[in-house]
Amino acid sequence: MELFWYIVLMTMLAVYVILDGYDFGAGIIHLFFAKTEKDKKAITNAIGPFWDANEVWLIASGGILFFAFPTLYASSFSGFYLPLIMILWLLIFRAIGLELRGQIHNRIWEAIWDKAFGISSLLLALFFGVALGNVVRGVNLGNVVNGVSTHEAHFFFLPLWNPTFSPHAEALGVIDWFTLLLGVIGVVSLAIHGANWIIFKTNSDLNTKLRKVIFNLNIVLLVLVIISILIWHLIEPKPFHNFFKYPWLWLFPIITLTGLLGLFKIKSFKKDGYGFIFSSLFLFGGLTTTVSSIFPKVLPSTNDINPDLTLYNVAADEYGLSVGVYWFAIAIVLVAVYMFIQYKVFRGKMDDVGYGEH
Amino acid sequence: MEDMLFYDRMQFAFTITFHYLFPQLTMGLSLIVVYFKGKYLYSEIEKYNDAAKFWMKIFALNFAMGVVTGIPMEFQFGTNWAKFSELTGGIIGQTLAMEGMFSFFLESSFLGLFIFGEKLLGHKLHFVTGFLVFLGSWASGYLIIATHSWMQHPVGYEILENGRFVLNNFSALFSNPWLLPSYFHNQLASVITASFVVAAIGAFYILNNKHSEFGKLFVKTGVGFGLVSSILVAFPTGDLVAKNVVKHQPVTFAAMEGIFETEEGGSEIVLIGQPNMLEQKLDNKIAVPNILSFLTYQDWNAEIKGLNEFDKSTHPTNIPGLYYAYHIMVGLGTIFIGLMLLAAVQLFRKKLYTTKWILWALMFMLPFPYIANTTGWYTAELGRQPWLVYNLLRTADGASPTVSAGNTLFTLLGFIGLYLLLGLLFLMLAGKIINKGPQLNNTH
Ligand code: HDD
Ligand code: HEM
Ligand code: HEM
Repeated sequence: MELFWYIVLMTMLAVYVILDGYDFGAGIIHLFFAKTEKDKKAITNAIGPFWDANEVWLIASGGILFFAFPTLYASSFSGFYLPLIMILWLLIFRAIGLELRGQIHNRIWEAIWDKAFGISSLLLALFFGVALGNVVRGVNLGNVVNGVSTHEAHFFFLPLWNPTFSPHAEALGVIDWFTLLLGVIGVVSLAIHGANWIIFKTNSDLNTKLRKVIFNLNIVLLVLVIISILIWHLIEPKPFHNFFKYPWLWLFPIITLTGLLGLFKIKSFKKDGYGFIFSSLFLFGGLTTTVSSIFPKVLPSTNDINPDLTLYNVAADEYGLSVGVYWFAIAIVLVAVYMFIQYKVFRGKMDDVGYGEH
Repeated sequence: MEDMLFYDRMQFAFTITFHYLFPQLTMGLSLIVVYFKGKYLYSEIEKYNDAAKFWMKIFALNFAMGVVTGIPMEFQFGTNWAKFSELTGGIIGQTLAMEGMFSFFLESSFLGLFIFGEKLLGHKLHFVTGFLVFLGSWASGYLIIATHSWMQHPVGYEILENGRFVLNNFSALFSNPWLLPSYFHNQLASVITASFVVAAIGAFYILNNKHSEFGKLFVKTGVGFGLVSSILVAFPTGDLVAKNVVKHQPVTFAAMEGIFETEEGGSEIVLIGQPNMLEQKLDNKIAVPNILSFLTYQDWNAEIKGLNEFDKSTHPTNIPGLYYAYHIMVGLGTIFIGLMLLAAVQLFRKKLYTTKWILWALMFMLPFPYIANTTGWYTAELGRQPWLVYNLLRTADGASPTVSAGNTLFTLLGFIGLYLLLGLLFLMLAGKIINKGPQLNNTH
């Protein structure tokens, strides 16, 4: 039962990253590459009707985490207190940036909300990458100081950074060179992903330029991925352990690689949607590969005194988890129907939905 | 330790109070928008479609505010109330996760369609998407109130040795006797907010002599919905929730009503008086004898226990606050019924649109349903103190153990600043929409 909910949760998070990821990416592209009013319109039209529903995947994942793994929810949300609250603030800025810009036609007003939307998207992409890095690296569970736990074994607290920015320090911080690396990978890969979405959903003048941008960013991404593979063992001593134990897991790295290498052919794709498929594959593969490498840990402990949090020692009790399956099965079918309807109505190019024009 | 708890509580109270300013309008207004759209489909009079479109704009803005302030709520159980989440997550996580899966997806998917899809969908389907948004928001309210009812009156649980609450009966969560009265009371209160807002904007248009055709329609609709919901919120639903409190939390009820000592031969109902905690009495009290006993038990002489009968450690922690919150809610509720009755009588006599003072009153009434709703929630929440889960888990034991007061104060200040900005932007943009007014379709 725990395993079922673990798979549900991971899948929902992956869906969240793929869906809201293109919104963040579009925001990053908006920040750096949208010069004219027409470019900006194209970008907001491409994500306007979707971003709110995409964000619900985060809220719903939070709900599932709370329900199925209450100890993990309590431990990680209070331990990563500061970055989480900042993510909330950024999500608020992103939302009002998008929603309020079109309400008043004034250059200063529009400039403010353009930047709010772009910068918060950029930082969110960074933070989500950093978050993944923290989960891989682990935390000082129980806040151990000099060999003694100062809190219950599954609670901890991390400041934003420590003075050395090292993932091996005793007093860890949320941001160190390792988590920052994953943060940058997050930014680059979501920028690519967002650009692909814009190409897919619009006929904007930007599209030709974006194909070049994607190609170049993809080179950067490839380099970053190689670096991270090379240093991964510094953080997780046995990164391939699970892959040798369950060889079918190699599927995930293969998916990642397909997505990554496939995108180099961006300039010769016949359909505008193909690029988006490849960047989705990369994101999905990247996430699943990472969690497979630490499975069944969900939050490793960096000290030897308190045990890792695994999906088994953080789960809710059996009865609650089993009744949940019934309502979840109904709900997920409904969600699929809503998404089908939504994407059907807003199929094709969206250059004239008139998002934000009130 | 103490001030850490204090900031956690301040932050929760601040963010939830601010959040709830928006959903209360969302839930009620979605009903009224669907009503306008349905009326248009039925009568094919263009005016109703324009009215629906106008309120949809306000609705969309309000909804966006509800969403951005709602997400922090979902996170805060984990960030600030980690111990509470760990211990009860197996139970309240059920209803909160269901809310995400059943209602938020429904609302947000169809809201996009409702706002951008009129041309793509045609009027009938457009109505259906509006109805689904309404359904989603009311389902959301239901699941939230189910969560809240469990905290007020826990059912279907078992406590393990390590202190964790585990669910042993799923359907008990939904047959909780606290749930339905509370749900209907809350939903009707949200219809009150929406009807007063609609009526107030209508009165503003008439008095201002601008868009007065729409003004009349809005006043009429607002008064219709407002009268019905104001009556229903007091009776039967207000009455039923109060009876639940008497039955399951008698000490809370005594504090709400300001009864320090049990009275022989029936309790009076207090209209005015300030709780004096030092002398344990009400100052300059004005009260009507025996009414409270009758309202609660339909018996003029029934005994209602006073605070003196309960152990001090179970008394609500903020008795004056609770007492005022309750009396403000009930007082405003009475005023709402009175005003709506007057307005309805004038409407019936076809004189409402010229009775200036009622229009002014309707316009100035706009903030008061918000106050009544907020004080209603303060009644519920202060009444539950010192418990997080009534009689089982103390608030002091629910906070996050590792988050220091300094960090919580930091984020509290951040939320205050950010929400101040949000509130200003909301008022400014809503003002702009209202000032522009509904557009007649044939005029452009
Ligand atoms: C427009 C708003 C409004 C109005 C006019 C009233 N209420 Fe109310 N009341 C609420 C809005 C509200 C609320 C905010 O929606 C609450 C908070 C919890 C809930 O379910 O509803 C609430 C809670 C609440 C509670 C506390 C329940 C608890 O402890 O959980 C009681 C006893 C009453 N109400 C009783 C009344 C009575 C007797 C009214 C008679 C006029 C009344 N309310 C009018
Ligand atoms: C289902 C919905 C709700 C849940 C699950 C909930 C839960 C909680 C929790 C966990 C606390 C913190 C502990 C405490 O200090 O009591 C709290 C406090 C509080 N909540 Fe609620 N709440 C809900 C709805 C509301 C609403 C809608 C409002 C107001 C509009 C509200 C007002 C407050 C206030 C004022 C406090 C602080 C009480 C105090 O510190 O004494 N709550 N609630
Ligand atoms: C009386 C208490 C509450 C009621 C009736 C209520 C109702 C609603 C409604 C109807 C919405 C959607 C409409 C809108 O956004 O304006 C909403 C949004 C939201 N609420 Fe509340 N809420 C309450 C308290 C809470 C609490 C305690 C939480 C935390 C768990 C919460 C979490 C959320 C979230 C995450 C959203 C955004 C959903 C979205 O993206 O569509 N709410 N709430």
